[in-house]
Amino acid sequence: MFETLKTQVLQKNQLIKDIRTATPKDRFRGLPSIDPEKCPDWKQLQQNCPAKAMLDDYKIDLGKCTLCGECEHLCKDGGIKFGKNHKIGASDRNDLIVNGEINPIKASEAIKKYFGKSLKLRQVSAGGCNSCEMELNACSNANFDMGRYGIDFVASPRHADGVVITGPITKNMAKALEDTFEACSEPRIIILVGACAISGGVFQNSEELDRSFLEKHKVDLYIPGCPAHPLTIINAILDLIGAK
Amino acid sequence: MDVIEIKNNQKIKRAEIPVTDFENFTKKIISYDVRVVNLFAKKENGQNRLYCIFANDKEKRLFLTTTYVGGSYPSLTLKKPCLQMFERVIYEEENILPEGHPFLKPVRKQDGNNYEFLKSHDLQTHEVAVGPVHAGIIEPGHFRFLCNGERVNHLEIQLGFQHRGVESLMKKRPSIQLAESICGDSTIAHSMAYARAMESLSNIDVTHREKLIRLIALEMERMAIHVGDIGAVAGDVAYQMAANILGVTRTLVINTMLELSGSRFGKGLMKLGGVNYDIDDVIREKILKMLDEVNDRTDKTVKAMFGHATVVSRLENTGVVGKKRAREIGLVGMAARACGEEFDARIYDDYSNFEITTLKTGDVYARTYLRYLEIKKSTTLIKNMLAELDGEFSKQRYTLNLEPDSFVFSILEGWRGEICHCVMTDSNSFIDTYKIKDASFNNWFGLALAVRNNQISDFPVCNKSFNLSYCGFDL
Repeated sequence: MFETLKTQVLQKNQLIKDIRTATPKDRFRGLPSIDPEKCPDWKQLQQNCPAKAMLDDYKIDLGKCTLCGECEHLCKDGGIKFGKNHKIGASDRNDLIVNGEINPIKASEAIKKYFGKSLKLRQVSAGGCNSCEMELNACSNANFDMGRYGIDFVASPRHADGVVITGPITKNMAKALEDTFEACSEPRIIILVGACAISGGVFQNSEELDRSFLEKHKVDLYIPGCPAHPLTIINAILDLIGAK
Repeated sequence: MDVIEIKNNQKIKRAEIPVTDFENFTKKIISYDVRVVNLFAKKENGQNRLYCIFANDKEKRLFLTTTYVGGSYPSLTLKKPCLQMFERVIYEEENILPEGHPFLKPVRKQDGNNYEFLKSHDLQTHEVAVGPVHAGIIEPGHFRFLCNGERVNHLEIQLGFQHRGVESLMKKRPSIQLAESICGDSTIAHSMAYARAMESLSNIDVTHREKLIRLIALEMERMAIHVGDIGAVAGDVAYQMAANILGVTRTLVINTMLELSGSRFGKGLMKLGGVNYDIDDVIREKILKMLDEVNDRTDKTVKAMFGHATVVSRLENTGVVGKKRAREIGLVGMAARACGEEFDARIYDDYSNFEITTLKTGDVYARTYLRYLEIKKSTTLIKNMLAELDGEFSKQRYTLNLEPDSFVFSILEGWRGEICHCVMTDSNSFIDTYKIKDASFNNWFGLALAVRNNQISDFPVCNKSFNLSYCGFDL
């Protein structure tokens, strides 16, 4: 008992006090910017991109990009830079196509009204590789403590206000995902976390996927990354529910 | 010649691979002393060929043998139970029937609800179905318990929900990024096995410095997961103090990984021919400081946790897998070492003077406490490698330039256990076989056996002590 208390005291407080201003450590690869003049070999870079995230008009699709940094290394003149900005969530899929800046997330009045003070989410891993899942778990640990904003992950979809989907959505998970979503009562939201969930990521061309769920339902929030950083996730959700 | 000795990460020509008759093939691989590392089938010139890679761990030697079979062959599982899953995969992928296989059920393919679970006709027995979507933030899998009251008589685990077709994507468009996404908690391990196999096939040499940086990252990955998992076990027995502290202690390790590679999981570190980022003096100091802090916090927390009678009583004699049973079902890695089996693929790797750590009891206690011992060991290994770190850091970038008609086998010890990538190229230098085996492939059956005769409420703690990968199995 004393040993437990002593250990707890020695541990001190590990909480990140202000999630809104906290930043990831150095070398973090966030929002990319491209200088077209310094990218003469853009076509070559496009072909090399493992997620096919580099578009013809010198923009990067964060919905596909795994932020691997391969193009940054390959571009000899330093035309591509992954910046430190980690706030790369978007409420509109098209906003994820970026060069240097990204549109802020638009909080709808309805979402703010229903979920602004309490948002309970059910997570479904549909082919995720367990890195986005671990980062979502980390959102609730003693560093990030997302629960302080009234945002929690719950065990049953019956208690949830929406689903958070990770992974490219495999054929074998398509029905379970649909069932889980149907079990959430309305109003309900959908959040996609990670490049795999948003576009299929590195699994885009796999024959084992069934992404029809996303054609049937409207997505409310896209949180890119591979995996998405907990600060990216929490800030995006806070923006969506209109928190300060 | 019926068997060829192969070396880890060293390619051989496919023409050198020996073929033997089925009887001799069986004799070679079912012997008690050899451990089958991988068994798979391949259609070659209209014939079915079985490939088997097996190890003699005592002598640190790896072997390869093959044989031709028709549309079916007598199941080897009856003679060596650890082959059951390999044979199920062979049946599912290549439609070669292992005659007499005791439970030839689907592995990764699912067509509707045609999976037949074991049923009990005993009126005292009831079924508990869990999944595929679980209560926490965790990957999907279906568990079917047959219980008598609180006691679990039998557990059957149905997987395949995460099947993304990794192996076929690897053949079409191999990339480090795809390898990193095979199993996110073993990012370094899988991307390293991929890179080593490809480097061997493309004749690329990696500098000594970069080899060490890879191993340092691998040990950091091991530390991070073990720290987090001891915390998770503590959480499952409601010892919240350790769950909280170790949860944030893990953050220290993965944040240092971010400072090294730009990702908390080490994504983006590995490149063909080495690593993308050097460990300079600044990063070296950060790693050393992190090691001291993590060890200090872990020592104190583990001391308190394992000194607490209510914690220990939940862990001891729970979920026991004995050594004999472990050998029978082919348990590998940390779970096998917790039963006293001396298996550690690090003996095939570039570590100098590696010694294997084992525990004997094979219960949840052993699988948890062994993680602590592994954290200590990884700390020593990292410190030694950091001291040894010298020589060139090459900024050169390579592209895949695979030798035709070659075979390469890459094995390394991820935090769960051995991770094997086996690659073959055809005459046009295209990859025509890419076989991945995560330690979870061997160990899921171990979990099913571990919970037998335990209370169903002990399932979570048994599960956490193994912490197996769904996507690493489903591929």
